[in-house]
Amino acid sequence: MSVGPVGVLALQGDFREHQHSLEQAGATTRQVRRPEDLESISALVIPGGESTTIGRLASLYGMIDPLRDVIKGGLPTLGTCAGLIFLAVDAVRDAPPLLEVLDVVVERNAFGRQNDSFETPIDVAGLDSPHQAVFIRAPRVTKIGSDVEILATYDDQIVMVRQADILAGAFHPELTDDLRFHEMLLSVREEN
Amino acid sequence: MERGTDRVKRGLAEMLKGGVIMDVVNAEHAKIARDAGAVAVMALERVPADIRADGGVARMSDPAMIDEIMEAVTIPVMAKVRIGHFVEAQILQSMDVDYIDESEVLTPADEEHHIDKWTFTTPFVCGARNLGEALRRIGEGAAMIRTKGEAGTGNVVEAVRHMRRMTKEIRSLASMNPEQLMSAARDLGAPFDLVQEVADTGKLPVVNFAAGGLATPADAALMMQLGCDGVFVGSGIFKSADPSPRAKAIVEATTYANDPDQLVKVSRGLGEAMPGKEIADLDVRLADRGW
Repeated sequence: MSVGPVGVLALQGDFREHQHSLEQAGATTRQVRRPEDLESISALVIPGGESTTIGRLASLYGMIDPLRDVIKGGLPTLGTCAGLIFLAVDAVRDAPPLLEVLDVVVERNAFGRQNDSFETPIDVAGLDSPHQAVFIRAPRVTKIGSDVEILATYDDQIVMVRQADILAGAFHPELTDDLRFHEMLLSVREEN
Repeated sequence: MERGTDRVKRGLAEMLKGGVIMDVVNAEHAKIARDAGAVAVMALERVPADIRADGGVARMSDPAMIDEIMEAVTIPVMAKVRIGHFVEAQILQSMDVDYIDESEVLTPADEEHHIDKWTFTTPFVCGARNLGEALRRIGEGAAMIRTKGEAGTGNVVEAVRHMRRMTKEIRSLASMNPEQLMSAARDLGAPFDLVQEVADTGKLPVVNFAAGGLATPADAALMMQLGCDGVFVGSGIFKSADPSPRAKAIVEATTYANDPDQLVKVSRGLGEAMPGKEIADLDVRLADRGW
């Protein structure tokens, strides 16, 4: 049986960079803009972008419930930056519409404005060498539920988590050549 | 930990892709833009149509006004400086503005030099009419490019011209043999290493938005289909009869640019667009500012 493509939410943001990383990692991809685009996808990526824009469009185009259903149904999912925010149960500062599937509270723009954006090597659980993480007006996780595992911290702040088949980080592996996060998603898919 | 790297500066523009950046002149406009789904706002005292109508010298906005907008919304806030006016840029950087637009919409401060943008932590976006101009700005450190179009006209023809020209020139570079690239660099007036990079990758090394004259959802979708990464809408929203629904419609048209049925829905009943201007009738061509 052939494996379905990885859906990449394409309402706004750097979804093409995610598609590129996934394709480099050997997966096929499909842009997701409407509920019917979710059919037969084997995993999902929620990209970086502006969380208020993505949340508003998702709510307007009836995407919130269908996305929530497939993710709760165990679809392997990776969210980066705005994707982390969108997956969370709550966000501090102007919370946009959220999927509320990942049991964490996030703080938007937690490291400051663009001048405070930065890149730095971080250690990530499960990776044998550091990842050069790019944080852009990045959020941080301020609270986690009991089923949530911390995969990475920076400066004592939680910046990547896993809850069952959901992976979510505050930084942008898709802006680097490091494919290990997309490979992580594909290996979650294989385990299922 | 490093701030202000190329990847961090260009990265913010990557996050804005597929989105709409709206000109706003006060906190109330900024909130309308945010609620409509804008990915960022451009804070300025007068929209280009008013700058055009008022004449005189247009300068960087009052920091108090920019602050008011930065406090009103959590999406990124951009602001404009005059071409070559590096002190206005220092002021905006010091205020923690998220992106600086070195813009032909304001009256140039220097006719020979653009700002040396490498010396700033805050990223810059610059206008361009063609590939050579885009690569010169990138060579000076711009982390994002936009077409110049012709701001404040409600006429998309110049933005289309600039985008088509850039696409054609990029295609032409990509089809060249290595020995042709140096003469191409000479003809474009562009740095050789950037010419080589564009020839290798077939695209600009930074994000490229459309700007200058967009007034309708169809204009936004047109620019997206022509290959832009996103759009700026200046006078087009707040100079129209009913800004809020138009702002929302332009955001939706940018996401669903390839879906004509959806474009029909969002274009319906928006009221009067901003009054447009014929390019041939203009006294001042803003796009001719800078080089």
